[in-house]
Amino acid sequence: MLKLIIRRLLGMIPVLFIIITLTFFLIRLAPGNPFANDKAFPEEVIQALNKQYGLDKPLHIQYFNYITELAKGNLGPSTRYAGKTVNEMIAEHLPTSLALGLIAYGFALILGVSIGIISSLRQNSSLDYLSMAIAMFGISIPSFVLGPLLVIVFSLTLFWLPPARWGEPKHLILPALTLSAIYIAYIARLTRSGMLEVLRADYIRTARAKGLTESVVVLRHALRGGIIPVVSFTGPALTFLLAGTIVVEKIFVIPGLGRIFIEAANSRDYFVVMGLTLFVSILLVIMNLLVDIVIGLLDPRISYK
Amino acid sequence: MSTNIILSVRNLQTYFYGDGSVVKAVDGVSFELKKGETLGIVGESGSGKSVTSLSILRLIAYPPGKIIGGEVVFDNKDLMKLSESEIRRIRGKRIAMIFQDPMTSLNPFMTIGAQLKEITELHEGLSSSQARKKAIEMLELVGISDASRRIDDYPHQFSGGMRQRVMIAMALSCKPELLIADEPTTALDVTIQAQILELIKGLKEKIGTSVILITHDLGIVAGMTDHIAVMYAGKIVEYAPTEELFSTPHHPYTKGLLKSVPDPMTDQKQLFQIPGLPPDLSRLPKGCPFSPRCSNVKAECQEFPPIKQINANHYSACWLEN
Repeated sequence: MLKLIIRRLLGMIPVLFIIITLTFFLIRLAPGNPFANDKAFPEEVIQALNKQYGLDKPLHIQYFNYITELAKGNLGPSTRYAGKTVNEMIAEHLPTSLALGLIAYGFALILGVSIGIISSLRQNSSLDYLSMAIAMFGISIPSFVLGPLLVIVFSLTLFWLPPARWGEPKHLILPALTLSAIYIAYIARLTRSGMLEVLRADYIRTARAKGLTESVVVLRHALRGGIIPVVSFTGPALTFLLAGTIVVEKIFVIPGLGRIFIEAANSRDYFVVMGLTLFVSILLVIMNLLVDIVIGLLDPRISYK
Repeated sequence: MSTNIILSVRNLQTYFYGDGSVVKAVDGVSFELKKGETLGIVGESGSGKSVTSLSILRLIAYPPGKIIGGEVVFDNKDLMKLSESEIRRIRGKRIAMIFQDPMTSLNPFMTIGAQLKEITELHEGLSSSQARKKAIEMLELVGISDASRRIDDYPHQFSGGMRQRVMIAMALSCKPELLIADEPTTALDVTIQAQILELIKGLKEKIGTSVILITHDLGIVAGMTDHIAVMYAGKIVEYAPTEELFSTPHHPYTKGLLKSVPDPMTDQKQLFQIPGLPPDLSRLPKGCPFSPRCSNVKAECQEFPPIKQINANHYSACWLEN
């Protein structure tokens, strides 16, 4: 197991290197530059700023310098917020995204798995059709529609929850629900199909023939095998719940990573865009590694040597 | 009903429903099993043998399957009328099953020990450590060496024959009064088959269980059973004591089956086979289901033949008996 982890972490290096290189050159291909915004700076000021951030050097030198800084764990400065580094910005906004993402992840797992199990046990019943229809709805409806809908119902009509606030736990509920809707739906469908497959297996018939109650059959014998497709999905899902929250952060005015990413992209804040992309990539690779470890623990037939 | 009859199946009917058609997998099966005896149920694939055995414990998945009629009387109780929790107390405890494919019948995600333990914990109320001790004991009984170490292994670490031994250990853990073995050796190598059959035979005597042995292999039932029921198209077509069935078969289908067994003593150039294929159970022919393949068809075969008693223990469902 330790060997697997070390090997996979080493395998990360080339992947991340490619990502770094691609983002570095792609952002430079985008029209404009960090200092060509709405405000027109005098030419001398722009030159001075370029010099300050090292953007006056030839591109390959800049690339080399960036890699050298990254090797030291330094993601570079923000060109929009003078004096702030990308590391500081991530540290500042990550807890917000983490809180929102983890709550949404919890919603997605608990609701998705429960709905999926119930659906699979009542296959082709009206309950099954209803929950799968709702799941289809959840997959299809974009969060910029669902978010405002939830606000209209729970904030502006029922007055249960505030429309756009941040700081208290209850402020998390609506954004987390909006964010997790699509994942609840996906996980419900994955759980249902995974469970349906396992419930048809011979060893489930054996378990029933032993006289075990239906709940023991389902929870002890079927769930472990049925949940494996869900586990593979939840790794990438958690990454996107943590970092792909742009729309929801915008709707509910949440100071998370998604918002600084959008701002940075709009203002060509090169280092912030590159740093965040790299951060999310690392997160995704680690999540996938965790998924493989969890699947290895769930399925004794898989052994990592 | 005499008290030494442990199981009495009467007019059992299990149908499967799908896409507008009804498959009459088991259609009016009746038989009795005496205490301590072994009954063999023989037939081709799709003749309803397995569905019969699963119906006894009500293990038919609905949908698509449904037991639509008949009685299964065990210990003076009709199993078909019991509540879910009552039948659960019989499953695994008083009637146990062994299935065809040991590769898929054990849960790949649980250790052998966990799967063995849960049955005695459930039915005998053993504690975890008692159940573990019992599990090791059972594994040793079925001939698994180094049982105290192997109990923590997973099924994929066992060979097919070993897994079937584990299944047998599991099935016999609570000393069931009836063991239903559904093609227990079909998925195994020939040498392992003999070992498994000997094991079942030995343990049956040791524990005093009655056995229903389901197979398509006449060679297996010959040495194992007291009575044989031959199934065709969801019905029992002939029922007789084992020796009598082999010496004086009555039903043309049974005769065909027996002729299909290769005889090493005679110099057969070609193996005999019953012409045609088993019928589609959703579109059964009118009258005797075997008539399209039968070499002795008569006009009466357009009507369904009643089961005819030939002597005290021998029955055959064929117009030739009249």
